[in-house]
Amino acid sequence: MDFYLGLIQIIGVHTLLGLSAYCVLLTGQVSLAQAGFFAIGAYVAGMLTVLAGWPIVPALVAASLVAGAMACAVGFPALRVKGLMLVVATTAFGEAVRLFFFNFNYQLERGGFRLGPHGGEGFRQIRYFPEHGWSTLDVMLFIWAVVVLVMAALWWMDRSRAGAVLRAVGEDELAAQSSGINVTAVKVTAMTVGGVIAGAGGGLFAHYTTHIEHVQFGVVLATFAVAYPILGGLSNVFGTLLAVIFIQGFLIEGLRFMGDWRNLLFGGLIVLAMNVRPRGLIDAGSIAALRRLLRNKERAGA
Amino acid sequence: MLELKGLTKHFGGVRAVDNIDLTVAQGEILGLIGPNGSGKSTIVNLICGLFPLTGGQVILRGTDISQVPPHTRVAMGIARTFQNIRLFGQLTVWQNLWVAQNSAEQAGNENFLRRWLGGPQRARADIDRALAFFDLQHKRDELAANLAFGEQRRLEFARALAARPALVLLDEPAAGMNAEEIDQLDARIRKLRAEGVTILLIEHHVELVMAVTDRIAVLNFGQKIAEGTPAEVQANPLVREAYLGTATAA
Repeated sequence: MDFYLGLIQIIGVHTLLGLSAYCVLLTGQVSLAQAGFFAIGAYVAGMLTVLAGWPIVPALVAASLVAGAMACAVGFPALRVKGLMLVVATTAFGEAVRLFFFNFNYQLERGGFRLGPHGGEGFRQIRYFPEHGWSTLDVMLFIWAVVVLVMAALWWMDRSRAGAVLRAVGEDELAAQSSGINVTAVKVTAMTVGGVIAGAGGGLFAHYTTHIEHVQFGVVLATFAVAYPILGGLSNVFGTLLAVIFIQGFLIEGLRFMGDWRNLLFGGLIVLAMNVRPRGLIDAGSIAALRRLLRNKERAGA
Repeated sequence: MLELKGLTKHFGGVRAVDNIDLTVAQGEILGLIGPNGSGKSTIVNLICGLFPLTGGQVILRGTDISQVPPHTRVAMGIARTFQNIRLFGQLTVWQNLWVAQNSAEQAGNENFLRRWLGGPQRARADIDRALAFFDLQHKRDELAANLAFGEQRRLEFARALAARPALVLLDEPAAGMNAEEIDQLDARIRKLRAEGVTILLIEHHVELVMAVTDRIAVLNFGQKIAEGTPAEVQANPLVREAYLGTATAA
């Protein structure tokens, strides 16, 4: 049972990571910095609960804000470049964050132990949940409460003018600019919101695994982050959720017996999806088709 | 309304626009014509601020806006269409208009949260009126990419008007249209003028330009070679030369 609860936790956290990339992708930018923001959220939240003794919720909020501020600061210079150049720039940032935590040593005496980030050995004993008597189920529900909150907020945003403006910038920056949209402001805002969401995901990740280290936040995680929304499609937030369930639940866990060959399959799947469904598994067309189907069924029923 | 003073743009060694002086008066329709590559579209791009000037000034209602970023110029009342249509294809028709409501007035009148996070029910009377004016009501919820060519041209024109501009720059709005569509375009341009909108019309379709404009400026190789009423311009030997070649060559 705990295995499944753990899997659901992973899916929840990775959904947050995917949604953070979703925000940025809407504006047409591919950012591989999301794992970096995720790492910042993880370390900040962990240090706040372990070293500063904060409760989990304010620690998560603070971690999100720090990651968001970082994303905003990175967004200004990084978003001046586009396409492949942006991929390179954001990858460099993500690696810089990872290497920072590889070298980051800040331990304090807590309850007879020296705790805190310890360079390459990572940050152990982030034991807020066990210390406060949370069961795996409690943790899972808590993670999903955050996921639902974020998904609801983004779903709302998608339907608002902000969502239309993000997509307009993603489609044609020149036309957006000529329609009076401040393209830089829109892109930096999307990056910041993405940073906040990744920070929250990272904070939750640090607390359910209880042990984080730099290798977990490398390019592979950054690739997963953008792969979810690309595979799931950008027409709404549920595509990303579906892609996470498919990749984490089926490809990673379901095909565990295939060992490292799964990575190959994963790469092949992305290439296939880009070719067969360039707008993602769920696009505007499939939603329209679903609506038609439902309408026809109603008519047939009546 | 709009004044260009010594407007110059060089691309490397190419003088795309060379020391152009041009004034567009409040409420007039000014035609801008010239052979291909004479710098017409570059002038539109310079007025919109899409690239920096090599020299000269763009002055809107007495203010020098040469350094103002493009999106701010829209808020100040300058809007445009593109020669090759650039719609937001994966947005619906009305979303295209919703996104473009960016005049200073529209941005200032509304509470920030309602402006950005208010739902589609806030699509207001403005959009419905624009859809009716351009005969697009029945396509309201269609994706822009799925529209027919003429409808896309109309939607782009409507999007340019969504921010209620004082000056509209139309970059070859009749390109690819049939006679009936051009008649409708002519009627719409006249109606807009009656509402007090100033229009700069760049067009190859000579009949439309001659019929609808008050004045015409003619460009050739980045320079203004003639300016005047349609009749004056038609009679100008320099213009004939630019379009038809010199008498000796013929």
